Amino acid sequence: MALLEARNVQKHFGSVEVLKSIDLDVEQGQVVALIGASGSGKTTFLRCINLLEQYDAGSIALDGEVVGFTSDGRRRPLSERRVSAQRARIGMVFQQFNLFPHMTAEQNVMLGLTKVQGKAKDEAATIARHWLDRVGLSERRDHYPYQLSGGQQQRVAIARAVAMSPRLMLFDEATSALDPELVAEVLAVIQDLAKSGMTMLLVSHEMLFVRDVASKVVFMDGGRIAQAGPPEEVFHHPENERLKTFLGRFHGMFGQPV
Amino acid sequence: MLNYNFNWSVIWRNWDKFVDALLLGLGMAVVSLLIGTLIGLLVAYARGAGPRWLRWPAFVYVEFIRNVPLLLLVFFVYFGLPELGIYGLDKVQSFVLTLSLYAGAYMAEVFRAGLASIPRGYAEAARAIGLRPLQRQRYVILPVMFRITLPSITNNLVSLFKDTSLAAAIAVPELTFTARQVNANTFRVMESWLTATALYLFTAYAIAIVLRLVEKRYAVIR
Repeated sequence: MALLEARNVQKHFGSVEVLKSIDLDVEQGQVVALIGASGSGKTTFLRCINLLEQYDAGSIALDGEVVGFTSDGRRRPLSERRVSAQRARIGMVFQQFNLFPHMTAEQNVMLGLTKVQGKAKDEAATIARHWLDRVGLSERRDHYPYQLSGGQQQRVAIARAVAMSPRLMLFDEATSALDPELVAEVLAVIQDLAKSGMTMLLVSHEMLFVRDVASKVVFMDGGRIAQAGPPEEVFHHPENERLKTFLGRFHGMFGQPV
Repeated sequence: MLNYNFNWSVIWRNWDKFVDALLLGLGMAVVSLLIGTLIGLLVAYARGAGPRWLRWPAFVYVEFIRNVPLLLLVFFVYFGLPELGIYGLDKVQSFVLTLSLYAGAYMAEVFRAGLASIPRGYAEAARAIGLRPLQRQRYVILPVMFRITLPSITNNLVSLFKDTSLAAAIAVPELTFTARQVNANTFRVMESWLTATALYLFTAYAIAIVLRLVEKRYAVIR
């Protein structure tokens, strides 16, 4: 059984079918990258996994437990309480960081530990410091978000998510809102996490990074998975025409794409 | 003015009265702000996220209060409630009730705008770490909302403090009423009203300055 199993996931906004039928397995320890043009459904799929969006059909299961719905076949939505507990096992990092602006870096990391996991303040503070140290921000733990650069904020956001010891981490274009010179520090932190065996699903436009860090690359197009496989295969032997066109934009980056 | 001979001794003789009056006004403003904040929060949530049957009364309450003169509301509550069989409120309580209802309507609008202005990402981040709905409000949404609306709350306190002068109309011994009494008893017109004016001006300005400092302390969203 894979850690994450998505089966026939569908989602529409009004009359627009954003996800037509997504099937995807993510194994424990795997780093899966979702690539594709904007509007292809990558972000929506990611948001369905921790129920920031409710999917309309199909199922997403984490450790065999369906996310957001009863698994008795009747597909009734779970209570907010149950859904919140499920979300706590999935970490998410957003494009816009979304740090709580009224809390210091350390308080940001501690909130979930104390209020969701019920840890004592001391223990939570120790964990928070450990992770802020790990992302290279031990000097900044008493800083408020507005006192931090974009790259630093995003690293705090990553610490906030991984401190919860999630089963799975979701990265939604974690570097897209950053100034170019700040991208590398955030990618380094993500790479460090990947090496430590964290299971991750990431949406990214950083193709070189994806090639280096991902064990599986999934190309999405029009709400479907058009091609999936190891990075060498997807980047160097694209079969899907749309994928070829998509990669053409990054021409030269991977040697000769076809 | 040129022929007016100032005699401030009547003010010193009545100084205690002025101080008590000032404190009463301040107290009524602060209590009304606190109750009004509570009402405002409930009404803002009712209008923003409440069930349909609650939205309509919340809307009527806010628009009624905001479009009727405060003095009329003061009379309405003070003279009207006993007619409706509700006794037991003294003048001060009656006025505080009125001012609280008045403040509540304005605070509801402030909070509604504040809640609407919070970027959606904060609530999503709170959901993503597994906070339950009430926890999200308590630890993320409300603290951020209060910081965003702090300048408006400050302005409201200054306004409410000045509005306490309307309590003179129902003989609450606050500053305006006291000035009128001293004036009537001593015929020292300028001294009485200048004293009241100076006390209002000074206090209102002091409130604003102190709260600006508080705002600065909490202005973490830039």
